[in-house]
Amino acid sequence: MKTFNYHSAKDVKEASKLASSNSAFLAGGMTTIPSMKLGLASYKDIIDIKRIKKLSGIKVSGKTVTIGATTKHSEVAKSKEVKKAIPSLAALAEGIGDPQVRNRGTIGGSIANNDPAADYPSACIALNATIHTNNRKIDADKFFRGMFETSLKSSEIIEAIEFNIPQKSSYQKLPNPASRYAIVGVYVAKHKTGINVGVTGAKSCVYNDKDLAGALSSNFSSSAIDSVKVSESGMNSDIHASAEYRASMVKAFAKKAVEAC
Amino acid sequence: MASLVGSRVERKEDKRFLTGKGRYTSDINIANQTYAIFIRSPHARAKIKKVDTSKALKSSGVVDILTGEHIAQDKIGGLIAGWAIRSEDGSEMKCPANPPLAKDSVNFVGDPVAVVFAETLDEARAAAELVKVDYKVLKAVSNLGEAMNSEAIHDGIDKNMCYDWLLGDRQKVKEAFDKADKIIKLDIVNNRLIPNAMEPRACVIDYNTASEEITCYTTSQNPHLSRLIMSAFGGVAPENKLRVVAPDVGGGFGSKINLYNEEIVCSWASKKIERPIKWVAERTESFLTDTHGRDHITHAELAVTNDGKFLGFKNETIANLGAYARVFGTVTPTYLFGPCATGVYIMPAAYSNVKAVYTNTAPVDAYRGAGRPEATYTIERIVDKAAMELGIDPIEIRMKNFPTEFPFKQTLVHQIDSGDYVAGLNKAKEMADYDGFAARKKESESKGKLRGIGVTSYFEACGIAPSPVVMMLGCGVGLWESAEVRFNPTGQVTVYTGSHSHGQSHQTTFAQIAADELGVPIENIDVVHGDTDKGTFGMGTYGSRSLTVGGIAIVNACKKIVNKGKKIAAKMLEASPDEVDFKNGEFIVAKSNKKKTIGEVAFASYLPGVRDEVKSPLPEGEEPGLIESSFFDPANFSFPAGSHICEVEIDPETGHVKLDKYTAVDDFGTIVNPLIVEGQVHGGLAQGIGQALYENAQYDDSGQLITASYMDYTMPRADDLPEFNLGFTCTKATTNPLGVKGCGEAGTIAATPTVMNAVINALGGKEISLPATAEKVWKACKELKKSNAKAA
Ligand SMILES: Cc1cc2nc3c(=O)[nH]c(=O)nc-3n(C[C@H](O)[C@H](O)[C@H](O)COP(=O)(O)OP(=O)(O)OC[C@H]3O[C@@H](n4cnc5c(N)ncnc54)[C@H](O)[C@@H]3O)c2cc1C
Repeated sequence: MKTFNYHSAKDVKEASKLASSNSAFLAGGMTTIPSMKLGLASYKDIIDIKRIKKLSGIKVSGKTVTIGATTKHSEVAKSKEVKKAIPSLAALAEGIGDPQVRNRGTIGGSIANNDPAADYPSACIALNATIHTNNRKIDADKFFRGMFETSLKSSEIIEAIEFNIPQKSSYQKLPNPASRYAIVGVYVAKHKTGINVGVTGAKSCVYNDKDLAGALSSNFSSSAIDSVKVSESGMNSDIHASAEYRASMVKAFAKKAVEAC
Repeated sequence: MASLVGSRVERKEDKRFLTGKGRYTSDINIANQTYAIFIRSPHARAKIKKVDTSKALKSSGVVDILTGEHIAQDKIGGLIAGWAIRSEDGSEMKCPANPPLAKDSVNFVGDPVAVVFAETLDEARAAAELVKVDYKVLKAVSNLGEAMNSEAIHDGIDKNMCYDWLLGDRQKVKEAFDKADKIIKLDIVNNRLIPNAMEPRACVIDYNTASEEITCYTTSQNPHLSRLIMSAFGGVAPENKLRVVAPDVGGGFGSKINLYNEEIVCSWASKKIERPIKWVAERTESFLTDTHGRDHITHAELAVTNDGKFLGFKNETIANLGAYARVFGTVTPTYLFGPCATGVYIMPAAYSNVKAVYTNTAPVDAYRGAGRPEATYTIERIVDKAAMELGIDPIEIRMKNFPTEFPFKQTLVHQIDSGDYVAGLNKAKEMADYDGFAARKKESESKGKLRGIGVTSYFEACGIAPSPVVMMLGCGVGLWESAEVRFNPTGQVTVYTGSHSHGQSHQTTFAQIAADELGVPIENIDVVHGDTDKGTFGMGTYGSRSLTVGGIAIVNACKKIVNKGKKIAAKMLEASPDEVDFKNGEFIVAKSNKKKTIGEVAFASYLPGVRDEVKSPLPEGEEPGLIESSFFDPANFSFPAGSHICEVEIDPETGHVKLDKYTAVDDFGTIVNPLIVEGQVHGGLAQGIGQALYENAQYDDSGQLITASYMDYTMPRADDLPEFNLGFTCTKATTNPLGVKGCGEAGTIAATPTVMNAVINALGGKEISLPATAEKVWKACKELKKSNAKAA
């Protein structure tokens, strides 16, 4: 690991001011620290945002669940309010990595990082989330731009993620047997306004599968999915799963999700 | 006093291991130590044109940088193969030189080229980045199947072949096959595994400039052997100036049998730079450079009659040695593999032909089971295939071919002293509710799932010993074991053993047997191991040999103590030695009913002046003290055996294999501590299941290890495993006084074929290669569905 300057920011303003193109925010550190240790990344400044109280916590209103950026996965998993309002979101958090990761990793870090196999991005898509940053609000479908790429600017800080409470929802994941990230994760959510099928792990970036969503909006049952063709094109292929298998699993896990709704 | 052998004594190790108080090599720090970082080849195969350390040497905190040139100048020897195997044509095996630091060529990713010593770890790392190695990259040989037809990696080693070995009789096999009703054929790839000990390898070297003694703390399964190799072959220091200590070691599974480059280099360098050195592997280094396991390509054939009798068996195997032949590298795919390939069966004719080849991959060596898992996988898969093709129940076909009389002369090498394979399989059948399988299968099917059942019967040859036998087979050393038992004057006992515990709980098991022999409370017995300065000598722990060889040396040393004690007690009790009985820690003279405890006798032995009414308790010519040692070399290997049955449920939509039930019935002879033995079986099963369903070390065409982290190399986890249902049968070993057989590897040996037989059974007999990953199973399910649809 290369040497760097460590800062512990007292508020969002200070954190944002310290940020540059050669800095990283330190939330759970579950991505940043391993990549620094392995020499895959190095930064001049590490800006710790964990002390900023405002960034952590869970609020539930009639229509939405808002989760502060530095709220840990384990806190979401255990939260009674989340379990009641959007049980599938708490279950998703419970399925991330392992207890050590869940006790440190944060929702803000997860979506800022936008790992193609991360779980939370699918929830943001399926639950029509709004990403609140220190200077704007971003709709989820505009936030995730590509592999490890988001619409965040380098000094921009996620403050909270606001999820719409759906009528029904379920997240079903085929975990990578080694890392437990998603080989394929499918988040099906039925809102008054329509249906979303957030898919992670399958392609280079999370996406809303319009074909599956379309089939489900005319008939919300797993059999409706049978007739949908999920194409292999654009699917990831690696030692853990071929594109063909991933395409098939998108369907299989969408069905599981619908059945579990 | 009740016997402790057979009771579930809680482990003496628990307090230290479960509360984080173990003392591992990386916990050791020596004042003024330097930190080592190795510069390793990023290429699988390359010539080294130049190593430029000039810039790095000027980097902050650097003490020295050493390269292959320095090793060569100082004539430090390389790593060795411990067993000399001959080819079928009588020629000697071919092994390349394996210098501790490469000078001319590198042969796998991770092969060390140079080493930096610096004041801090960060400075060592920074300097390592400045060492410039100029390579001429060559085409790597990374594919096992193509290795024999590829360019030679090492000068003078034609076809990359180390040997082409044969065990058995080709002519007899041909005759048997000519008589067969049916020949069952099977092609197998036994997947490559990475041992993944929890504790990465490490060494801390303390060189004493005054006494010129090197102390090497290291993560070894056999410190005495490491010292021997480092001294005799490495030429680092004479044995009397070299102390090797293997303190608490966090798992080895065979990967810590070998003495590695780093220990030789750091020991040698410590003397050169006159500073202590600390080196701790990073996890990536463990993946890249710990010896790997398995990695065979096998074609096997079984000749059968229509009613399921076996007539003959042959197997043609290509075994991967990796880049170099290491200590157990050459014997693992031969004598540890070939003899067991005929399984637990009467097999009138058989042969095993193994071609061991070099590739540009990490060296392959013993990994839990070493050869026997590969053998058992081969025979147990082909027996199942035979059962299927002949339409015979898998249990019935096994029963039909079991020997029922012991000793049983197994086809290729072994004379098995005891066993009852029928009893084991019957017990497993009952415990697994084999007869209830059909109903459970129906129930799974009603949920859209497939269910399969798999059976394995195994035997294995472990307790690796008889020196005359192993030396005849090519072993470079005798595989006896030694022990020393010391009574302190005040009555406690210290047992020194040459075995090494790195998770096997010897401090408990060995104390139990000593407690029984000596009648001393177990609290008063300490077991010391892992230090060449403490205790006599030892060949270490691997091949499930610790109890059957090392444990018996302890028993024999205890018996010598009792014998000497009898003579002393006789004098104290005014009787003749043959009138003295020893029981429960007391020497008793029946006619007078007078007695002395062994503690009193020990005390008296150290204070041989006038005591009580007796002038001196020491008989004429007897020396003071109560310390005895013993070297034990058993008459034969030990032959544990058993039958395992498992059930899997498969989701055809995803290919996910759920391990639903697992029953293991093993015969380990006398069981000293069931608690510990069950733990050994659990761990072994987890590793065998890992091979069947998850683990797979993969290299790409350029020889890069693409599964070099836990993000890509799948280890079995607790939530992948069912509650294990364990049972035991017991036929005592006749080759040692306790009647014990080895138990450390059995689970690993049996689990892989058991699980795969179940998966393939669920798939209606459709062959599938190791490991049965979800995608492979999903594909097989799809094809099965297609062929079923066609049939219907
Ligand atoms: C072993 C292991 C297994 C894992 N398994 C899974 C899994 O199964 N599923 C899954 O989804 N994830 C998994 N993860 C990832 C984990 O969930 C973390 O959430 C993720 O690593 C990032 O969160 P963090 O809080 O640790 O972020 P950090 O590592 O602290 O930061 C990551 C990046 O996000 C930026 N960042 C952090 N917070 C903010 C913010 N508020 N505003 C703007 N930018 C910010 C940082 O600048 C940095 O670039 C795993 C991680 C590990 C180590």
